[in-house]
Amino acid sequence: MQLLVLAPLLFTLFVPLLYRRVKAIHVGWFVLLVPVLLFVSFLRLLPQVANGERVLQDLSWIPSLGVNFTTYLDGLSILFALIITGIGSLVVLYSIYYLNRSEQLGHFYIYLLLFMTAMLGVVLSDNMIVLYTFWELTSLSSFLLIGFWYQRDKSRFGAQKSLLLTVFGGLAMLAGIVLLYTITGTFSIREILGQKDMVAESALFLPSMLLILLGAFSKSAQFPFHIWLPDAMEAPTPVSAYLHSATMVKAGIYLIARFLPLYAVHDWWFPIVSGIGLLTLIWGSFLAVKQTDLKGILAYSTVSQLGLIIILLGFSTPLAVTAAVFHLFNHAAFKGSLFMMAGIVDHETGTRDIRRLGGLFSFMPITATVGFIATFAMAGIPPFNGFLSKEMFFAASVEYAGTLNWGFLLPALAVLGSIFTFVYSMMLFFKVFRGELQLEQLEQKPHDPPKGMLISPLILVVIILTIGLFPNLISAPILAPAVEAITLIPQEPVEIEHFHGFNWPLAMTLIVIAVGTLIYLSYRKWLHIYNHLPEFLTWNGWYDRSLRGLDRITTSLTRIQMTGSLRNYLAIIFIFIFVLSGGLLLTTDSFAFSTSDLAPVGWYEVLLALGVIAAAITVPFLTSRIAMVLTTGAIGYIVVLFFVDFRAPDLALTQLVVETISMVLFLLAFVHLPRVPKEKGSKSLKLRNLLISSSVGLLVMLIAISAHSTRLFTPISEYFIKHSYDLAGGHNIVNVILVDFRGFDTMLEILVLSIAGLGIYSMIKLRNRKEDDV
Amino acid sequence: MRLPRLNNVILETTTKVVSYLILAFAIYLFLAGHNNPGGGFVAGLVTASALVLNYLTFDMETIEKRKNFHFRIMIGIGLLLAVGTGLGGVLFGQAFLTHAFGMFDLPFLGETELATATIFDLGVYFVVVGVTMTIILSIGADE
Repeated sequence: MQLLVLAPLLFTLFVPLLYRRVKAIHVGWFVLLVPVLLFVSFLRLLPQVANGERVLQDLSWIPSLGVNFTTYLDGLSILFALIITGIGSLVVLYSIYYLNRSEQLGHFYIYLLLFMTAMLGVVLSDNMIVLYTFWELTSLSSFLLIGFWYQRDKSRFGAQKSLLLTVFGGLAMLAGIVLLYTITGTFSIREILGQKDMVAESALFLPSMLLILLGAFSKSAQFPFHIWLPDAMEAPTPVSAYLHSATMVKAGIYLIARFLPLYAVHDWWFPIVSGIGLLTLIWGSFLAVKQTDLKGILAYSTVSQLGLIIILLGFSTPLAVTAAVFHLFNHAAFKGSLFMMAGIVDHETGTRDIRRLGGLFSFMPITATVGFIATFAMAGIPPFNGFLSKEMFFAASVEYAGTLNWGFLLPALAVLGSIFTFVYSMMLFFKVFRGELQLEQLEQKPHDPPKGMLISPLILVVIILTIGLFPNLISAPILAPAVEAITLIPQEPVEIEHFHGFNWPLAMTLIVIAVGTLIYLSYRKWLHIYNHLPEFLTWNGWYDRSLRGLDRITTSLTRIQMTGSLRNYLAIIFIFIFVLSGGLLLTTDSFAFSTSDLAPVGWYEVLLALGVIAAAITVPFLTSRIAMVLTTGAIGYIVVLFFVDFRAPDLALTQLVVETISMVLFLLAFVHLPRVPKEKGSKSLKLRNLLISSSVGLLVMLIAISAHSTRLFTPISEYFIKHSYDLAGGHNIVNVILVDFRGFDTMLEILVLSIAGLGIYSMIKLRNRKEDDV
Repeated sequence: MRLPRLNNVILETTTKVVSYLILAFAIYLFLAGHNNPGGGFVAGLVTASALVLNYLTFDMETIEKRKNFHFRIMIGIGLLLAVGTGLGGVLFGQAFLTHAFGMFDLPFLGETELATATIFDLGVYFVVVGVTMTIILSIGADE
């Protein structure tokens, strides 16, 4: 099973080879083998799965973290796997005729195979981390495919947008996965579903549900994340057909379905899932009517159809789940063929703008037939498959409405969404294939495309018709196991009937058709309402504004903090130290003051302290560098006196010499410098600096007092005093500590000195050699 | 140093005398370090001050003409001495920088205490002299 998942990935290794070496044959023919073989393998597994067998295979990846490439095949997984490989085969076949040899076919098929692996990985993984890995791989490969024509601005924009939004959701999902792991201690979906009662009691239950739903909604282009899908239409049409109608956008649906038994018990499940789905259904279908681009219509239509499936998953009744699965299957079939139809029209006429198209029926009869069947299936008109699933949708919503207070709203809104669906479906067909032919608007005289291009949409149309006429064909082998896998309750295969008496669903369909026809016939009269929709309210506007705003805010934030002025950085550092340490001092109540351990103060120390204070206060007011150096030196010499007073002869000696030498150095270096510039800062700046420096001084003083007042341990110096002679043979403790007890520090300090000396030497000697380079 | 060459006999004569005194004091500080205030660091600085005095009195070219000596080499020697002392302990199976000391009966000096810590201190001394002189001379000689 792992091999089945990874087969497309492995095959990508051969694609460049075949693409470069075998010039005579379109590389797509080799690629076609992969999905076809996979499809056959999954088809052979279908009877087993339908009989209730579950195929579980383990492959260790990171066993220590509980992350293993475990695959699990049940009814839901195999339905998705069949869609992925089946539509995948058809799309590859279609792309062979669609894409010119002059394109970078090697890239295209590698991305496509990458995507196929990622999708199969998502639906077959039992381990959530592996699922997440493949999930991001779908985002990435989709990004690459949308930006396939990377020379175009719009492609890049669309690719970036889809990546940002889906990865945003993906990361939210990862957070949800981690939360689930903290609750259950396992990454295995089966095991988590097995302990769902325990999960439901956890405090992290709701956050994990919201995060995982966020991931699912962004991937499946649900409101308000639907905005990436229309922009993703810049991808080549086979990609749109495959990724953005049949597979990737359904990854979110897969996820919701997978976790349905876990989360559907929560009260918020229905309002969130069905609410978002309903909003997406209506909003998507409403906006689809406005579009003039064929793929734009199809993109919004995909958005709304996915919303429909998600509404049904929100109901989570067996009937609704069956309807969801059924519609999922149907949607893959008719939306795939619709995209291919749009691609053919584009290919043969040079435009996808429905305002320039029309009257193509007599020129492209086969394409038109494909379009007719697929659009009518999408609109939900008998005898096509869309009719059946839409009837089930209505039935499920009527059934569920009975359990709610304001229940009647649910079927009403469902009908509203379906009316718009009907309208744009009709526009899609009639605007393109009926009406006037505007030859002067087209780049070439339209005619039916080469037969190869028609094979795939025709196969899909045959499926639409077959399922439409004999829906029970897939009921037992595909739908029932899938529903069972979602709900975890054994299901009897449902009998799907075309006509089940005069009841609400039928009435609703009739309303949809009647009102939809009326609206379509009069759409010119009310089309202008779209113009009243201000740009301000659209989510695209919000997306653009938020990106721009983010850019602006980060730029200005960086400008504020990264001024390039060392003085400002210092101020920030000091303020930070003051706030952090001072805050800690205050909040932890760690300030202590005790006079018990203080030595008596003599007049000598007072004098010295006064001297230091006087010198320190003088320095900032001096205007000559020499005076500054001398005053600083005075402080240094007073410190020598302090050392003498506190009985530290070594320190006094060293301080004396070091102070002298550093003063010599200062004087040597400062002789060449210009006079101190007059302080240009304003009064407030000076005040700020004064405030910062005095607060830091105060802080250090407080810390010193507290540190002195809290003596927790006896100092180690007793040991040194006692043992300096018998262990190290010296009486001078300071020196013994420096060279013997703590000799290592000294060694590194002389290293520091050496580096400093050599650094100064090289800075001065090597400075002028390469002046031009600086 | 960029001071003009002064014909200052008093300064020159005093320097000649005082330099020896300072150097002797430095040697005293170095040797006394283990038992009295002093040690390699101070001794190095004091030595450097004697040298600086010479550089100030006679100008740089004069001194450089007499001897061709690079203080940078002293840095290396000092570091080698310090690390070598540390490694000496390792040779005898002790931890790095373990020092040994003992009383020895030396000719002329009699009963004297010798400690490997002194060699380490000598390293410190060399590095300090080398670094101080390198810094002062590079900055001083800079045009």
